[in-house]
Amino acid sequence: MEKLTRLESRITLLPANDVDTDQIVPARFLTTTTRAGLGKALFADWRYDAAGQPKPDFVLNQPEAADSKVLVAGNNFGCGSSREHAPWALADFGFRAVISTAIADIFRNNSIKNGLVPVVVDQATHEWLMANPWETVTIDLERCELVLPDGSATSFPLDGFSRYCLMEGIDQLGYLQQQSPAIDRYEEQRPWKP
Amino acid sequence: MTAKSLFEKVWQDHVVVPETDDTPAVLYIDLHLIHEVTTPQAFNVLRERGIRVRRPDLTLATMDHSTPTVPVTSLKDLDVVAEGSAARQIRQMIENCREFGIELHGFDRDTRGIVHVIGPELGATQPGKTIVCGDSHSSTHGAFGALAFGIGSTEVGHVLATQCLLQRRPRTLAVNINGQLAAGVTAKDIILALIAKIGVDGGTGHVIEYRGSTVAALDMEQRMTICNMSIEAGARAGMMAPDETTVEYLRGRPMAPQGADWDAAVKRWLALPSDPGASFDREVSLDASALEPMITFGTNPGMAIPVTAAIPERYSGPSFRKAMEYMQVEAGKPMLGKPVDLVFIGSCTNSRITDLRQVASVLRGRKVADNVKMLIVPGSQAIKQQAESEGLDEVFRAAGADWRESGCSMCLGMNGDTVPAGQLCVSTSNRNFEGRQGIGARTVLASPLTAAAAAVSGSIADPRTLETRQ
Repeated sequence: MEKLTRLESRITLLPANDVDTDQIVPARFLTTTTRAGLGKALFADWRYDAAGQPKPDFVLNQPEAADSKVLVAGNNFGCGSSREHAPWALADFGFRAVISTAIADIFRNNSIKNGLVPVVVDQATHEWLMANPWETVTIDLERCELVLPDGSATSFPLDGFSRYCLMEGIDQLGYLQQQSPAIDRYEEQRPWKP
Repeated sequence: MTAKSLFEKVWQDHVVVPETDDTPAVLYIDLHLIHEVTTPQAFNVLRERGIRVRRPDLTLATMDHSTPTVPVTSLKDLDVVAEGSAARQIRQMIENCREFGIELHGFDRDTRGIVHVIGPELGATQPGKTIVCGDSHSSTHGAFGALAFGIGSTEVGHVLATQCLLQRRPRTLAVNINGQLAAGVTAKDIILALIAKIGVDGGTGHVIEYRGSTVAALDMEQRMTICNMSIEAGARAGMMAPDETTVEYLRGRPMAPQGADWDAAVKRWLALPSDPGASFDREVSLDASALEPMITFGTNPGMAIPVTAAIPERYSGPSFRKAMEYMQVEAGKPMLGKPVDLVFIGSCTNSRITDLRQVASVLRGRKVADNVKMLIVPGSQAIKQQAESEGLDEVFRAAGADWRESGCSMCLGMNGDTVPAGQLCVSTSNRNFEGRQGIGARTVLASPLTAAAAAVSGSIADPRTLETRQ
């Protein structure tokens, strides 16, 4: 996982609420056995027509989206299925952060494990972003702040452990494996066995 | 001693390392359910790093998502009936289970089925356990008083390697459901009404405890239907207090404790319900006696109304308009009477034997309407056998429905069972998202009774207007 401290990027706007992970990656792309190459499946049913051609009016098909690393979406982004293919697809397309007024729990967990920063902001900030397509913002993980072009900063919640893992590019499996003496002890001492 | 909730008891019992301001808790997992779709990437990580599965004995494996619902007796059959990448994924699952020493409930086993159906059926799902699966409908198992939730594939790797997860403690939401259900109203209607009330993000960050006289009176299968859809309200998990109904369901099941272990387990289980005075971060209430059969009209499970009601006009905004256009419905008009193309009975929400009996009670002596195709997919091979021993398959076939092998099937259309573009499908599954059942598919969620009523009526119908036949 790539380290991330500060991210400056133009924003891509997706002004829909309750975007579910079936939209982010439709189930028919889930028969893969690897995590690679899912970027082309990202928002497939919104992005391509029946003949598989890109729909010019969909935001990801506009030239500005190509180098955008920040997606701004409506409330409750990433609801539904637990498929980690959703953050894999977003990351493979090039996104490193998602901004919304609320982000669904499992998607949020999966995102952090793939270097995709979940940024939850207040309504007013969200409205400003939604009114300013392709503006450039900065996400500062050191301060947990979203900085707008006028220099104003809004803080967003991110627990210390997740922030540390994102900034250091740390894989949580290594941390969990270090807990094995405690896990051994728990297994030996628990009063009942599953 | 402070009063504890059911959730707090199960959580505290599984903390290996407590959480601090800087680090999440290390939480022990008692049962890990795995299937072919969300595990291959996790096994790849183990293989790359030379890690073994810590507790294959606490890992229950089956195949359901991309699995065909036409008979497969050998892997040669699989290549004939399954699409190439689905067949490869299934073969990879067989190989992964063999390599890592995990027992697989596969094609050669009559214990195969949807992962959330076979866990309870085998008695592996028990009160007080922590249960996870790379599938959001893991919340189903909370009906037994387990703490059960969905995880991503990276976390599947964490559990395979360490039998633990890093978790921050969620908040709690008590949902009080009281009153007697009217005839024709079932658990599916309760959960759809609740999601319509609190919204598809109403439970985000919370573990729900469903309580009250209505819940206590439900059988285990109905309880599972409610807990199953907790995730559709955004909740991390849904739980219900274990009681005599829970104990009687588990008694004698193959993986349930036996003998003296059983007695000790029952004693422990019956001490799990929330203590009087236990506090919750939030509470909401629902009057079950006022409920009617529910159906959805939009593209998320919160867009649900009583079957006789008109689509509300109180919604606004582009997301709502987009949903109305996609579904080809209009605010102010009812769903009742809208012609139906397909009816799907199945999924981890409503594919159990009592669901199938309800469907049969509507289909018995009636025909599926000429304009409707009906697909009935049992949740497990064991349910299939049970239904056939009761002659339900004959009722289904006589009515003109298609009776299949078990699997997730048309709930998410991964295995070739899909709804053609533009067609309207009344489905007993859990998600009416755009394209969920196939590109351009229009999904209406309903109970088994309401879905069966639509099948015989040819259009969306109120099940209370049809006499049921046992």
